[in-house]
Amino acid sequence: MTFTTHTGNRGLVLEEKLIFEQGQPGRTGVDLPEPKGTKSRLAGLDRDSNVGLPGLSEPQVVRHFTRLSQKNFGIDSGFFPLGSCTMKHNPRLNEKVARLPGLSDLHPMQPESTVQGALELIDQCAHWLLVLTGMPAVSMSPAAGAQGELCGMMAIRAALDARGENRRRVLVPESAHGTNPATAAACGFTVDSIPATEDGRVDLAAFEAKLGDDVAGIMLTNPNTCGLFERDVRKIADLVHAAGGYFYCDGANFNAIVGRVRPADLGIDAMHINLHKTFSTPHGGGGPGSGPVVFSEALAPFAPIPYVVRNENGFHLVETADENDGMKPFGRLKGFHGQMGMFIRALTYMKSHGADGLRQASGDAVLNANYLLARLKEKLSVAFPGYCMHEALFDDSFLKDTGVSTLDLAKAIIDEGFHPMTMYFPLVVHGALLIEPTETETKESIDQFCDAVLALVAKAESGDAEFFKNAPYLTPRRRLDETAAARKPVLRWQPETA
Amino acid sequence: MRYLPLTRADRAVMLETIGASSVDELYCDVPEGALLDAPVDLPSHLGEMQVERDMQALAAKNIGASSVPSFLGAGAYRHHVPATVDYIIQRGEFLTAYTPYQPEIAQGTLQYLFEFQTQVASITGMDVANASMWDGATSCAEAVLMACRATRRKKAVLSGGLHPHYREVTETYCQYSDTEVAGRDGNPEQQATVEELGELIDDQTACVVVQYPDVFGRIQDHTQLADLCHAKGALLVVVFTEAVAFGAIKSPGSFGADIVCGEGQSIGNALNYGGPYVGLFATTQKLVRQMPGRLCGETVDQDGKRGFVLTLSTREQHIRREKATSNICTNSGLCSLAFTVHMSLLGEDGYRRLAILNHENACKAADAIDSIAGASVVNDSFFNEFTVKLAKPAAEVVEALVAKGVLGGVPLSRLYPNRSDLDNYLLVAVTETNTDEDIAALASALKEALA
Repeated sequence: MTFTTHTGNRGLVLEEKLIFEQGQPGRTGVDLPEPKGTKSRLAGLDRDSNVGLPGLSEPQVVRHFTRLSQKNFGIDSGFFPLGSCTMKHNPRLNEKVARLPGLSDLHPMQPESTVQGALELIDQCAHWLLVLTGMPAVSMSPAAGAQGELCGMMAIRAALDARGENRRRVLVPESAHGTNPATAAACGFTVDSIPATEDGRVDLAAFEAKLGDDVAGIMLTNPNTCGLFERDVRKIADLVHAAGGYFYCDGANFNAIVGRVRPADLGIDAMHINLHKTFSTPHGGGGPGSGPVVFSEALAPFAPIPYVVRNENGFHLVETADENDGMKPFGRLKGFHGQMGMFIRALTYMKSHGADGLRQASGDAVLNANYLLARLKEKLSVAFPGYCMHEALFDDSFLKDTGVSTLDLAKAIIDEGFHPMTMYFPLVVHGALLIEPTETETKESIDQFCDAVLALVAKAESGDAEFFKNAPYLTPRRRLDETAAARKPVLRWQPETA
Repeated sequence: MRYLPLTRADRAVMLETIGASSVDELYCDVPEGALLDAPVDLPSHLGEMQVERDMQALAAKNIGASSVPSFLGAGAYRHHVPATVDYIIQRGEFLTAYTPYQPEIAQGTLQYLFEFQTQVASITGMDVANASMWDGATSCAEAVLMACRATRRKKAVLSGGLHPHYREVTETYCQYSDTEVAGRDGNPEQQATVEELGELIDDQTACVVVQYPDVFGRIQDHTQLADLCHAKGALLVVVFTEAVAFGAIKSPGSFGADIVCGEGQSIGNALNYGGPYVGLFATTQKLVRQMPGRLCGETVDQDGKRGFVLTLSTREQHIRREKATSNICTNSGLCSLAFTVHMSLLGEDGYRRLAILNHENACKAADAIDSIAGASVVNDSFFNEFTVKLAKPAAEVVEALVAKGVLGGVPLSRLYPNRSDLDNYLLVAVTETNTDEDIAALASALKEALA
């Protein structure tokens, strides 16, 4: 039964205005003492106009954000198989520990003697990452995966500069994430694209042909963005090293191999690790992330400041490039010392799993993905043959002649109560559907998802394209006009002018 | 393992469906010898209780800034965070959501980002703000790169009042993109005049970067500098480290700044030993398409209802690849939510009162310190942080204060390890969290340490 309500609300689906449309002057959600009226010392620049913020009481604020939260889909809400993003369970213990007094309330500039536990925690987190990757050094400072890439590529640039070599070309596979070419460009490199083979890996012959004395290195994701292990990874490492370049590995998909394959055994020189993927720190609707970078002996001296060392007095934070310890840091990447809050969560996660649990987690992630692949290939077109790693990739040829696009199918999946898969990435596959179940999903939830997708594909095949074009039907908002948003951007609330 | 649901029976059935004999077989593409057949050399899994105990033991080796009188600032500030903030950001629908690529089921995230952008634009006095950056220092670096794109010039002039970490990050970001970074050395005793900064501006200068209040705590009107920059075709970038300040002082937008960016940690976010924090980034309508980072915009859905989407993504790496305005992808989503919730609780009255209380407490502490023999406040003006000249090296004094149970400030030698002329200077920050007893404890400890 459809009818309109007076409020615009529909049962539990509640409309919620912007806070700027709800406030009343004189209302506030905090109780602060009355100022004493001290004469100000603000250089005569005392604020003399309103900021323009609305006034709301605490219960209004709680209700506002609670209602907003109810318009969101999170991992806690349901199956979230967003490929390449690793939407695994985020344990609440991690959150609890990150808020412990003595951790959350440490100021980054406290004297070292008062933060020995914090430095030890960073050192422990680093130790786990080093053992799991088999690498000799790690920089903990990058703020996110993309900054980890920047960290790795800047170290490569610094190493080349130290060798007096002017190599400026970086080889990047077509299937790479957009941050790879953007990062290379930010370090003053030019990007040369390597094609993929028909089985979704780097074309070794094309790669070899592109090597030369102007090549700084390769940026290769492994397992790659097609969800496949690069079989020739060692040959690629040997070839790029023989040509005088370095091997940057994008470790976004380290979660597929953690505890089972050590990147050091594959010949890499640098790799970032997304703590928010592999080690379950929350995605938070778009961050904060954390992207520590492991380094080979060749690149280790160029790692940025700051870093933690252990000496006879305990733990010491090296904050200047001038400490005479043989290091030649390329600079500093962010204020202070890295995403401590994320190190705490990641270390809590690693200790919870242990070496055995981490190995089980990667194995189960790969098992879940292959099970999903086996079930869906009944109707969906698999992009590349063989087993996958932690995610399964399909192209859209199974939708040919149905009039339904990958996007339309994804929107119908939303109505079924799932978050859709990643779409149209990687770019090397037409209409890509990249599905990553993760190890924390049950067989039952994967089965339910597969049943729903297979039923939807049957519906598409039966010629009901119109149904898909208008999906989703059951969400707080239906398809949004993104073209209008970009053509005439409205990026903030403005008071209505009379 | 409590997070892993597959049973032995599940695994057997699933392998059968797949047609594989073992999980190892699924790793058949791994090169010979690289597949480990046993767990690596790290401890085995632990129950929740043991892990918590382990982590508590690490926490117990620290002295938390909330457990003693604490006066540290220099880019990170201890403020009271209302309980509501932490409750909201721990709601699973926010905590465990992804970047809002599917707007139909992410209106919660998108609407708060729109509110966040509006709040940031309001406090900075600018037209528009983005959906956050990693932190204040990276925002500063990105602002310089943006100014270079917008002006097609390749030089940045950094004021001596800029936080040294911000300067170092900016230099690091610029070093491989042919961007020259010029600037002045920091001097707590003397502020650069508009003329002195103006001399460094030439026809290749993309921007001048100043901090307001500056790293030594001083407040300066930059209206003339903005005019000078604009006359020479350069942009004025105003950086800040203390977002509470704009409740008490005029906004950088009122000077005519072109880009305003800095650290938003002060509002809603704990100290967290330096991260995660939240970079704020605002600019003028004219420059919006040169901005780095994510932007949320208003639109309508197919039923005509107002809704929000990520927009202007043709600036970004996933579309533009090597031609993107920045390589940033994930930003500081949850920290920006904490900022938005805290700012919503404060509102106009709360935000301005909070700022005044910070300033009044700082005035009180400055007077108390200034009356101590061997300590003198250098600043004529300040918001909630000021520089003190001591009769002894500040790092030694800070250690002596620790022994008396006071975290007394940040010695400038920590920020400027190569500037021995700054060894006797101490940076003291005072917020609404400092009580009269805290200030008395600092004054008495300082008196003893300097005696």
